[in-house]
Amino acid sequence: MLKVSIWRGVDEGEFIDYEVPMRANQTVLDIVTEVQRNQEPDLAYRFACRVGVCGSCAMTVNGRPRWTCRSHVNDVIDGDRLVLEPLRSHPRIRDLVVDLAPFFETWKGSGAVFKPSATRDDKPVKITADDPARKNADAGIECINCAVCYSACDVVSWDKNYLGPAALNRAWTLVNDAKHGERKETLNKALGDGGCGSCHSMGNCTRNCPVGLSPSAGIAGLKKFALRGLPKVEKP
Amino acid sequence: MTVVRGLFIAQRYSAMLLAPFVLIHLALIIIVVRNGLTAEEILSRTNGSTLWFVFYVAFVLAVTVHAPIGVRNVLNEWTRLSGGVVNVICLCLALLMLSTGLRAVFAVT
Ligand code: SF4
Ligand code: SF4
Ligand code: FES
Repeated sequence: MLKVSIWRGVDEGEFIDYEVPMRANQTVLDIVTEVQRNQEPDLAYRFACRVGVCGSCAMTVNGRPRWTCRSHVNDVIDGDRLVLEPLRSHPRIRDLVVDLAPFFETWKGSGAVFKPSATRDDKPVKITADDPARKNADAGIECINCAVCYSACDVVSWDKNYLGPAALNRAWTLVNDAKHGERKETLNKALGDGGCGSCHSMGNCTRNCPVGLSPSAGIAGLKKFALRGLPKVEKP
Repeated sequence: MTVVRGLFIAQRYSAMLLAPFVLIHLALIIIVVRNGLTAEEILSRTNGSTLWFVFYVAFVLAVTVHAPIGVRNVLNEWTRLSGGVVNVICLCLALLMLSTGLRAVFAVT
């Protein structure tokens, strides 16, 4: 049997212990689902795709933020114990569910909002796969907005002003994107208040990103652009 | 260009100057102490020296730019002081560093 402690409540609450049978190839999300189906029908948690695509199942598992659907119990278990808590640095809603609205607000703060540089009547920009700016953008483009990096970041946890790794990673992809019409504005926002200057470059975001992206590399790149200016891209 | 971005750039460039400056300054101190020079002997070498004057004025200017921006970041991150108060504190710090630093440079060169 697995011993699973799950946070019940909102800010006030307690860990409740459950026992769940061990099975082959169990993910942490399987465990939560098993508890909810068989022992605690009103346990609140969130998931959708179950295959690491939607980014909605992230929780704190034995102290570290993870996608629960892609975390195998065997890889994350501590002895025979699993401790499950909501993601840190987000307002809590109930049990394992947090409110991601403030997280998505940070994307506006960092200028990570796409503005087209052309209309449907214009010819599309020609971007080759080996274009250096495109390669920069590609390095960060696969983000699925799961907020794991944001929750892993210590600066986010203590500095309410800080935009965090995910929003800055997205800004990094946009300043390198020839199709984005406000590259300069995005760079200025990403380097503005609560932006890249607040990052301590310790790389917890990169260490924990389940996709293997490196938001800290994007932030370092944005800092370089602060000194050198934006890279050249194809004109629309 | 935002103010924060401007400060970031100023801090980076001043750091680029400070890195060699600090090394030269430290090397100088070690050489002087090792050779057991007295205060008079040191002053006789620095007085009227354009080279040391230019070097230390540049040093003081770089410190005046670099340090208060860093202190501003630390205060903004670690205290609940408002942005305006932090800016005033850091401006005062910059003036203090500039005036005491230049005073020292004029005194020995
Ligand atoms: S950068 Fe990685 S950890 Fe952060 S939100 Fe995107 S996918 Fe999740
Ligand atoms: S490198 Fe920057 S963004 Fe990433 S965890 Fe550290 S402080 Fe946060
Ligand atoms: S449920 Fe979609 S990423 Fe885990």
